[in-house]
Amino acid sequence: MLSKKQKFSSIGKKVLMALTGFFLMFFLLQHLSINLLSVVNADVFNKVSHFMGTNPVVQYVLQPVLIFSVVFHFAWGMVLEYQNNQARDVKYAKYKGNANATWMSRNMIISGLAVLAFLAIHFYDFWLPEINTKYIQGDMSGMKHGSDNFRYHEELVSKFAHQPIRVVLYIVAFMMLSLHLLHGFQSSFQTVGFNHSKYTPILKKLGNLFAIAVPLGFVIIAIYHYNSQPH
Amino acid sequence: MNLNLKVWRQNSPEEKGQMVDYQLEGISEHMSFLEMMDVLNQKLINSGERPVAFDHDCREGICGSCSMFINGEAHGPVKGTTTCQLHMRSFKDGDTIFIEPFRANAFPVIKDLVINRSAFDRIQHSGGYISVNTSGNTQDANATPIPKENADLAMDAATCIGCGACVATCKNSSAMLFVGAKISQYALLPQGQVEAKDRAQNMVAQMDAEGFGNCTNTGACEVECPKGISLSNIARMNREFLNGSITE
Ligand code: HEM
Ligand code: SF4
Ligand code: FES
Repeated sequence: MLSKKQKFSSIGKKVLMALTGFFLMFFLLQHLSINLLSVVNADVFNKVSHFMGTNPVVQYVLQPVLIFSVVFHFAWGMVLEYQNNQARDVKYAKYKGNANATWMSRNMIISGLAVLAFLAIHFYDFWLPEINTKYIQGDMSGMKHGSDNFRYHEELVSKFAHQPIRVVLYIVAFMMLSLHLLHGFQSSFQTVGFNHSKYTPILKKLGNLFAIAVPLGFVIIAIYHYNSQPH
Repeated sequence: MNLNLKVWRQNSPEEKGQMVDYQLEGISEHMSFLEMMDVLNQKLINSGERPVAFDHDCREGICGSCSMFINGEAHGPVKGTTTCQLHMRSFKDGDTIFIEPFRANAFPVIKDLVINRSAFDRIQHSGGYISVNTSGNTQDANATPIPKENADLAMDAATCIGCGACVATCKNSSAMLFVGAKISQYALLPQGQVEAKDRAQNMVAQMDAEGFGNCTNTGACEVECPKGISLSNIARMNREFLNGSITE
């Protein structure tokens, strides 16, 4: 009956979702670590940003993997959501979803789409200008136009200083990311087959910590820069 | 106690069904839920109406046939029980009770609350067995040493009664808890190793072909399963499946 084997089995689909999820979580941690430098020391932040922005391994290996992961993860997430909805045509008249599962686990598509909307803003804010400067205008120097100072820290601060709306948007988006990860972190381990009577409970606690601390870190940085300039 | 029932009525697989309201008076709180349904049906028969069709057999929580989705939960509000093990003392006088069939496209309604769960049988046929010769030369059970822990886990998995509550309760109509249990009960035992490589592959392929949804690890199945089948069985199925995919 192996002929019935589809190209992507239900488990195969899920594993791809988990693997891209893993990569995105790794990316978040890396991104947060560098952003934290912007609070600690502008110089170091500039140097690390310049390194990340020009290093060929980061630019031509990690960046494409990241883009692929993001696109694949949200596109596949939507496909899964659609297929899962298709599995029950006649809905229940009464369905108590909260009696046996968390809101987070039942609404990954909502938190996911919210994060996607945020990503659109975020790309418009940072990624597109960066690509434009580096690869379209061909300016790989990382310097502020007409000066010999790095531009990264100043650009970052200017996005948040005197921009309460952007700060609020970031806060809301990271709350949604937090909800996404409160389920996603531990779920991805279960998906790849990791479930252990001793380690899984620890992993779930670690996941909660990750899901709260990482988004909170980004939020604190945004608020810090919002307040760092005189009002 | 007096009750307002809202029951799914559907004459045939083709017909579109609907929720119908019924009033019941004088129900004893000591009755089981199915006995309450018996009272309803007697009342319908007495007034010349068609009784509500529902599956039941053992009425003691072992056959798994009594599929009812009660007030938004598979087998009703009490955890770790089937519908036949649910008693009216779990409800209050004057309650409105929704009674629906287990819903999933892979479990089509045959009549009222009776559903067709043969998809589960076909999944079992595709790999939920071991090929041993049982004709007259059965081995002594203790001839093959098995670690106690594995024997216990296999036994836990084997307590699945195939009721379908996991599918019914899952927002994705996923059958992974059932399939995970059926794969685990063999994966943990030496007798199950002969077909291990293909078992998960074939059973998952059949599960997908039947039109069950994909698991999102919400864990609702584990909570609603009358036999307390653990999510770790799904993780084991995933491992067995990946192992079969990588080393085929
Ligand atoms: C930085 C961004 C993101 C991270 C770190 C992330 C992480 C994760 C993780 C770890 C999982 C669990 C995978 C599993 O259950 O095995 C997951 C699931 C999911 N993600 Fe994301 N995600 C992100 C963005 C998004 C976006 C933009 C969408 C857009 C729709 C999305 C939609 C989903 C959906 C629908 C699921 C559930 C899939 C399922 O189990 O059926 N995610 N995500
Ligand atoms: S896993 Fe539990 S809920 Fe699912 S069929 Fe088996 S006994 Fe029923
Ligand atoms: S009638 Fe057998 S389990 Fe309920």
